[in-house]
Amino acid sequence: MAEMKEISPNAPLADKALNWVDNRFPASKLFKEHLSEYYAPKNFNFWYFFGSLALLVLVIQIVTGIFLVMHYKPDAAQAFASVEYIMRDVPWGWLMRTTHSTGASAFFIVVYLHMFRGLLYGSYRKPRELIWIFGCAIFLCLMGEAFFGYLLPWGQMSYWGAQVIVNLFAAIPFIGPDLALLIRGDYVVSDATLNRFFSFHVIAIPLVLLGLVAAHILALHEVGSNNPDGVEIKAKKDARGIPLDGIPFHPYYTVHDILGVSVFLLVFSAIVFFAPEAGGYFLEYNNFIPADSLKTPLHIAPVWYFTPYYSMLRATTDQMVYALAAIVVVASLWVLVKAKLGPVLKGLVVVAAAVLIALLLTLDAKFWGVVTMGGAVVILFFLPWLDQSPVKSIRYRPDWHKAIYAVFVLFFFVLGYLGIQPPTPTGTFIAQVGTLLYFAFFLLMPWWSRLGTFKPVPDRVSFVAH
Amino acid sequence: MSEATLSGPVDKEKRTWLIASCAMGGAGAVAVAVPFVQTFTPSERAKAAGAAVEVDISNLKPGEKLTVEWRGKPVWVVRRTPEQVAALKKNDTQLADPQSARKPDELTPVYARNEGRSIKPEILVVVGICSHLGCSPSDKFQPGAQPSLPDDWNGGFLCPCHGSTFDLAGRVFKNKPAPDNLEVPQHMYLSDTRLIIGEDKKA
Repeated sequence: MAEMKEISPNAPLADKALNWVDNRFPASKLFKEHLSEYYAPKNFNFWYFFGSLALLVLVIQIVTGIFLVMHYKPDAAQAFASVEYIMRDVPWGWLMRTTHSTGASAFFIVVYLHMFRGLLYGSYRKPRELIWIFGCAIFLCLMGEAFFGYLLPWGQMSYWGAQVIVNLFAAIPFIGPDLALLIRGDYVVSDATLNRFFSFHVIAIPLVLLGLVAAHILALHEVGSNNPDGVEIKAKKDARGIPLDGIPFHPYYTVHDILGVSVFLLVFSAIVFFAPEAGGYFLEYNNFIPADSLKTPLHIAPVWYFTPYYSMLRATTDQMVYALAAIVVVASLWVLVKAKLGPVLKGLVVVAAAVLIALLLTLDAKFWGVVTMGGAVVILFFLPWLDQSPVKSIRYRPDWHKAIYAVFVLFFFVLGYLGIQPPTPTGTFIAQVGTLLYFAFFLLMPWWSRLGTFKPVPDRVSFVAH
Repeated sequence: MSEATLSGPVDKEKRTWLIASCAMGGAGAVAVAVPFVQTFTPSERAKAAGAAVEVDISNLKPGEKLTVEWRGKPVWVVRRTPEQVAALKKNDTQLADPQSARKPDELTPVYARNEGRSIKPEILVVVGICSHLGCSPSDKFQPGAQPSLPDDWNGGFLCPCHGSTFDLAGRVFKNKPAPDNLEVPQHMYLSDTRLIIGEDKKA
């Protein structure tokens, strides 16, 4: 139990009030720990805007969401009309709606860039593994939020998108069909589905999301921020125990982030006011047609942020499964010949490979498509242990590592583009190559990330005052 | 456990009761979870909806399709032209399951286990839901080369979602994401022009 701190009776009223609160709640303590005495590296560049921007978009989504729920009807017979009612009849309702729909896309843009920053500067490396894992969990929650929320307008794309994704679960052997039934709550996507998705979208996932965001920031403030040089600033401290290369988050980075917020809001508002559909990428044109359970739109594609993963799903055909089986054969042969393992372990590897190949060839390609799509997200969680390079930041890695990252990013975009397009044999082939490269990037990382000549990492961050 | 041993001898009896109460509490929590999970299953109202539907096909011309709703799903009735029926045989080598041998109990009733998967050769009755991920394929009855289809196309259906193709008997082509043929629902003819979907003579 802390002692009551006395304050001079002549102190200003505001100081007295703060002292009264501080004796009962750690207000000043929290402010200091997380803002005015949280020391962040002084060499942050523009990549470091996206964390605070993600927080801003979260607030935008929650606030506009609260106001949308006041007018929206989660009922299959009324949902589509209630969204149109918000757009046409509710005063300023269109602003709430377009801000929320643009916010969804903005969230993914900001979060993808935020994740890419982590990838560039090795921000997931020890001791920041948990920050990364919480972040990946946030990414998963966001995908869930986006998916559940997309059903709510009850347009054609809402309906058929949900139909496809719920049927993904039906591909799981044995339990799949019952699981899909449990998710839908009916034999087809229906009113029951809409109601539960509404509940997940407005209550369940946001609660989990907020908890994870708190955990993400608490873990960050426990170990301190990484920086573009990947140097631990806590290794060099002054006499007061403050990192030599650290500056207080408030006021330095709060003011700095205002610049990021201004630029972001400039672009964001331009989209909200002048192009909320963003050419059909943020709001798909087919979703302005009410859901019809008897007719799938001629061209169906998910919203842009899911398309890289959607491409991987589509790329997993029978041929792709044969290719995967061949890769398993090669990998297990490599283990047999090269790896320094005992005969028992090698035997186990052969048995595991044989079982995997048997499963690959017996289960439907559709199931492996689901595994591929899920695996592409799950693999991110393991990044801290896949990356074995002696330096964190891309700045001190061999130049050819940058080429690997460039190829990875290029194919991520290519997969995203192909996911928007109708399927063609050439497109499917490119998507198959892209899918294999995506997984090779991560699964071979323990080997390639060690190779090459690394540049010496400085003791202090590189920073030029301006 | 190491902390307990450091601070003193373990009270074995207290530990036994601790474990017992945790187990009881855990079992209680699992039991409480059951009704919550059960609320996710289809309601009685959802289970009750699913009666058979009757269709009049007297106005259906050769080469045309009509769609009826049965259990919330589209059911297609297609009157195939004699050329279309003749072309079915040509597809056999390119199909994943030309003889409807896979999951026959779920997908193909006994009376539809033939080349045209139908009772009458010209009338096809199938549930228009792709066996991949549940999209409804679109009509591609026109034979010949066209986008997303092979050059020797004999007419059939193309799923817009993931590019699976089906012939005019609802049979899936090889090396496509969809694993199975389209489902032929239970159906029977009440007369030459009246058809009931969701019921057959066995029922």
